[in-house]
Amino acid sequence: MAESAKRRFRHPIAHLVLCIGAIFMVGPFLWQLSTSLQTFGESVSVPPTFVPTSPQWSNLSTVFGALPFGRELLNTTVMTIARTVGQVLFSALAGFAFARMQFRGRGVLFAIFLSVTMVPYQVFLLPQYQIMQKLGLLNTLVALFLPGMFSAFGTFLMRQFFRQLPMEIEEAARIDGANIFQIFSRIMLPMAAPGMIALGVLVVIWSWNDLLWPLVVNSDPRQMPVSAGLASLQGQYTTNFPVLMAGSLVASLPVIVVFVVFQRQLMSGIAFSGVKG
Amino acid sequence: MSGQGTATVPADPLTDKPAGQRARTAGRPRPPTRDSGWWAAVLLLPAAVGLLVFEIWPTFQTIYYSFTSWGAFGGHAWSGLENYRTLIADSDVFHAIVNTAIISAISLLAVPLSAVVAALLSLPGMRGVTIYRTLYFLPVVTLPAAVALTWKYLFNGDYGLINWLLSKVGIDGPHWLSDPATAIFAISIVGVWGSIGYNMVIFLSGIRGIPTDYYEAAELDGAGRVAQFFHITVPLLTPSIFFVTVITVINSLQAFDLVYLMVGQTSPAITRTETLVYLFYQRGFAEHDGGYAAAIGVLLLLATLILTAAQFRLQRRWVHYG
Repeated sequence: MAESAKRRFRHPIAHLVLCIGAIFMVGPFLWQLSTSLQTFGESVSVPPTFVPTSPQWSNLSTVFGALPFGRELLNTTVMTIARTVGQVLFSALAGFAFARMQFRGRGVLFAIFLSVTMVPYQVFLLPQYQIMQKLGLLNTLVALFLPGMFSAFGTFLMRQFFRQLPMEIEEAARIDGANIFQIFSRIMLPMAAPGMIALGVLVVIWSWNDLLWPLVVNSDPRQMPVSAGLASLQGQYTTNFPVLMAGSLVASLPVIVVFVVFQRQLMSGIAFSGVKG
Repeated sequence: MSGQGTATVPADPLTDKPAGQRARTAGRPRPPTRDSGWWAAVLLLPAAVGLLVFEIWPTFQTIYYSFTSWGAFGGHAWSGLENYRTLIADSDVFHAIVNTAIISAISLLAVPLSAVVAALLSLPGMRGVTIYRTLYFLPVVTLPAAVALTWKYLFNGDYGLINWLLSKVGIDGPHWLSDPATAIFAISIVGVWGSIGYNMVIFLSGIRGIPTDYYEAAELDGAGRVAQFFHITVPLLTPSIFFVTVITVINSLQAFDLVYLMVGQTSPAITRTETLVYLFYQRGFAEHDGGYAAAIGVLLLLATLILTAAQFRLQRRWVHYG
């Protein structure tokens, strides 16, 4: 008993410091939540209102009425799913080939993939825009996700994961006569699932949060993701803070839920790609 | 869909029949290299074609465009180094570089802060690590547009929480985001807030790689927690510290969302906050000067490559602790 009590109260100063830090980190979220339920008057009162007197759920309906907000949430969802499926699938295929297969030109090809990871993605934007224009895809949903379905970084990450897997099982399967594709789909893919989930969560976050590419390629509000939708919400409701905060909350909540559910895989993926990259 | 078909059809006949084994025992072991070439090509095809079309070719095309001038109707003509001459004399580019340096310098405050957070979370027997980690990481994953609107409200000169808190200690806070003197600090603070979680995760995994005997030996020698942090944790974390530093600078170089949403083109503070990517977007897509935007893109590319090369070189020198 004394032992467990002692353990519970270890490092009080560390907890104090971490709690003060946590207030700085989480404070803006709490402020956003509180404001999203306030009246306009409460949001501009001095001293500020910390807790809304009666929750104003109407702010939410204002957000959904002001813009094609529901449509934009749907666009973001489609964009995120398509990019994530594309990147995880294509990266797993290519990563497996780089990690476990011998073929001529592997070193050169992998070096090319690696060098692509170093190019900031803004450098691709002008030509990507022109490709979308030539394909007649400007202001379409497809334009939001098509160029984002391929990833040199993802391929690199998946290669690192495949390389970690033990060789013995693969060799046993090979002796049993399984071909490369069977080894890949039946044996390696299930074992690489943690890596694929980590990559998937990273791509979900990047795609959901992407603003620059949608601004470049689309302008029709009905074909925009919700990140750009918030920009136009700001244009319409300049200082109507409750409406702006309600919109921000709704637009960021889905990816926060994904993060909370998959945080272990996400953080191991970041540590893996970051330090060992 | 087609992949599914090929996966299921030949699976059973091959594993049931001893064909593969017979070939092996007959003294003709099939090296994996032989049929691998075709399979490898099939597996690599989607990623390779996608990257070629959407990333590799565009990189060269952008470099080419940087030597062209664009007409009002979409055509472009070779103009040699003209864009680069304009670039060198462009006060906006100069501002962007200075702004990037300021944003980087302030954002680097997040590095020691997150190192301390990671060290505290790594204390033996520390409780609540998962909760703290989640809370500190939350800003990293949150939609930057939502982050921008929320902080814009917090920084509001008249109704913002920050100025109200400052007034409690007798400070009359400025109109942070419209005042050219303060806007960049406001944006950088949001940058610090948003990067602590990422740095923390890198540091946590770095600290996990430090052998615990080092701390035990230090404890036996009578070194306190603070001395241990400065004499064991920090020196052994140098590879992670350097990695995080370079990433912070690269991210500052690419800052766009916060500038676009918190300041914007019409604000008097824009020249004091614009970054290279913001200029790139403005010139290339708002003003349709693709050639000049491409030159800014090449500048961005060069800066990123130099930073990445420095990181590789120095990391190799420092990484031998593990």
